[in-house]
Amino acid sequence: MSETHEGVHRHPAPTGFIRKYIFSIDHKVIGIQYLILALAAVLVGMIMSLLMRLNLSWPGTHWPILETLFPNGAPGGVMNPEFYLSLVTMHGTIMVFFVLTTAPQGGFGNYFLPIQIGAEDMAFPLLNMLSFWVTLVGFIVILLAIVVEGNARVGEWFAALGPSWAGGSGTVGPIGGWTGYAPLSALGKIAGPGQGAGMNLWVISIAIFCVGSLLGALNFITTLLNMRTKGMSLMRMPLTCWAWFTTAVLALLSFPVLLGGGILLLLDRIAGTSFFIPGGLYVSGLLSGSNPNFPLHTGGSPILWQHLFWFFGHPEVYIAILPGMGATSHILATFARKPVFGYRAMVFAIFAIGLLGFFVWGHHMFISGMSPYSAVAFSVLTLSIGVPSAVKTFNWLGTLWGGRIRFTCAMLFALGFVSLFVAGGISGLILGQSSLDLAMHDTYIVPAHFHLVMGVASIFGMFAALYFWFPKMFGRLMNESIGKVHFWITFVGVYCIFVPMHVMGLVGMPRRYAQFTEYEFLHGLHPLVLFVSISAIITISAQLIFYFNVVWSVFKGEKASANPWEATTLEWNTPSPPPHDNFAGVLPVVYHGPYEFAVPGAPKDFVMQTDNSVEVGTNGHNGHH
Amino acid sequence: MATMVTTRPVTTKSNTGGTKFPGPNGNGKNGHHRFEPDSNANRYRLGMWVALASIAMLFTALSSAYIVRAGSSNDWVSLTMPRVLLLSTAILLASSVTLELARRNLKAASFNGYARWILITMLLGLSFLGTQLLAWRALARQGVYLVSNPHSSFFYLLTAAHAVHLIGGLLALIFLWIRTLVKREVKVTVTGQAAADAVSIYWHFMDGLWIYLFLLLFLWR
Repeated sequence: MSETHEGVHRHPAPTGFIRKYIFSIDHKVIGIQYLILALAAVLVGMIMSLLMRLNLSWPGTHWPILETLFPNGAPGGVMNPEFYLSLVTMHGTIMVFFVLTTAPQGGFGNYFLPIQIGAEDMAFPLLNMLSFWVTLVGFIVILLAIVVEGNARVGEWFAALGPSWAGGSGTVGPIGGWTGYAPLSALGKIAGPGQGAGMNLWVISIAIFCVGSLLGALNFITTLLNMRTKGMSLMRMPLTCWAWFTTAVLALLSFPVLLGGGILLLLDRIAGTSFFIPGGLYVSGLLSGSNPNFPLHTGGSPILWQHLFWFFGHPEVYIAILPGMGATSHILATFARKPVFGYRAMVFAIFAIGLLGFFVWGHHMFISGMSPYSAVAFSVLTLSIGVPSAVKTFNWLGTLWGGRIRFTCAMLFALGFVSLFVAGGISGLILGQSSLDLAMHDTYIVPAHFHLVMGVASIFGMFAALYFWFPKMFGRLMNESIGKVHFWITFVGVYCIFVPMHVMGLVGMPRRYAQFTEYEFLHGLHPLVLFVSISAIITISAQLIFYFNVVWSVFKGEKASANPWEATTLEWNTPSPPPHDNFAGVLPVVYHGPYEFAVPGAPKDFVMQTDNSVEVGTNGHNGHH
Repeated sequence: MATMVTTRPVTTKSNTGGTKFPGPNGNGKNGHHRFEPDSNANRYRLGMWVALASIAMLFTALSSAYIVRAGSSNDWVSLTMPRVLLLSTAILLASSVTLELARRNLKAASFNGYARWILITMLLGLSFLGTQLLAWRALARQGVYLVSNPHSSFFYLLTAAHAVHLIGGLLALIFLWIRTLVKREVKVTVTGQAAADAVSIYWHFMDGLWIYLFLLLFLWR
């Protein structure tokens, strides 16, 4: 290999098992590793949500399994409130970081961005591998946070590390929500169960995760800007690539802020600084500075943590959902057999959402005592995100309009994404107004809103992506019949879970409470709580169908051709699964935009991006000429 | 391996006269195929700028925390500047100059000069870290530690965060220097040049970052 061609196919196909499947620098293997990580993490997060629902619906019930697993957190098999709160925290943390951030970007983005732009790998394959392994270490540390608080013996091991490392408090991690608000999160074990080693490991895990995500984002941006194949101009990229690119920019600029905040928080906890801890605190019967376990703190600003956290936290919700939007656009066009309506507008809308996402973090803090003038500014900016969101929604509808729709599982989940995005986004318009949010903050309407729009819609985007790209990734189709059962139960199920939560929120049911038996004004809601829990149990059970379908299809699914969906983009121009360097040494040349369906005069109803035998008119019907 | 870059020949449409496709080359450079060494080298520079954007955001976050914390309470006690910081600043500025000299030598294909100036830059980088340690020692002698007051907390934090990043640059310099020992070739390659470029972009950024932090720490107090 001569020096000047160093970049060409820089790594030969590995032969050993470890280099091929474990420490692989092939973006396709890394993508699948990320997906496996997300599938494992989502299982943990789902079990936690199940436990929470059990406690809310049948408070005081004796669950023998809990007693066996967590004798301190659930004495007699009955969950104590601290245990419930740690479930809330870890459910949120694991779902947001290790599912919603890893699968859409690290998983599908890693696998398909290089193929869709016609590159043989990422720009920096070694960094790509590191980004996965760093993320995995972050996941192991967060699991350790569960064990260190849940298991007394492991807690003792960590206690040897120093006074701030006491564990074994019987919870399954820290108590503080995924937002880890200071000063609770900054005080250390003095603040109560879970706040010792569990919270330390929580902060460390998040910091490690930040580093892993930054390495990934760096790679995505450089790859997209530098490694597009001949003819792949920016406006010929599939919308998925635009979404992954914008997501990478958001990650690149927001994760460092969380990392900075995490460092300050860890210093407050371990070194005794006062970045976030105000003076004169009286906690657990002790005054700050009166006891060696509670050193003197002065003058810190808890609101500062909220600003740093949400400056990251709001872009983070777009990091979760933008790839789903990209996949949905891609899949709707493919199965409606029509070009994406308003391609350019879609690109600008993605960018507008990403950009505005950096200026609205204050809407999470309306009740933090901020100036009403700031609140108005944040409110107006927040509502303005409705404009690009509406552009996207109407363009999705425009794409479907008059199409010859093929209702595959991937298409159903993409349609489900649009439905959930609208249903969840509507309540965003309500919560985004400071005057209304003052009343609704910290009630069930908030989890109802963000679960629909950021949680479930993103998950639907991932389901759509998996059903769509599974044949490319594994050379076999997923079972469509099982998939449709999975879709309908999940689709109806998530509405049954989250629509009633809006009602609970309007009645005034506060979020994060372990149970409501003592609040008389909420007793009338108990049938609704039961209904939500039963819906959740059914919906979660339906996911077992999905897991079965994945495993069964990998081995027994129907063999897939190179282009089973009659799609147009580059990934369908190479065998299923693609060879090690994606295009078997012959890089494709691109002649068309990504969504040339139903081109007048063309022999088939789709024109591959690489097809130079067909002339595509410049009538602007999809606006990318 | 050059065969790997074979692409389909571009055919002009015979039945339609004025088509322009394939359009502009993917990476936006007409006529430059991306496997030309130029573009491969650009990847290093581009990746470096992207990485610096995220490092800039980290320090922006810490600076905003600094400014908010300075204004939010009355427990702020301004540090007196350890004089040795002036020396460390001068050393770091000098290291940027020597690195630039190294790069010019590389461009002029003067390989030995390149190796020498890289070594000198490395040593200056090490001395900078040494003088930063001296500044820490000077403060510690006054009894000013990490937890003493918010200004000292930020001083130790920001200098440490900068030092950690500078150590990264130092490792990259060591890598470049060892490569000059191993390769010993007079021929300067485009990718070799790009690696040196990327490292020097990083190093100059660390230099500028230190000046910024220095001004922030001792003017905004």
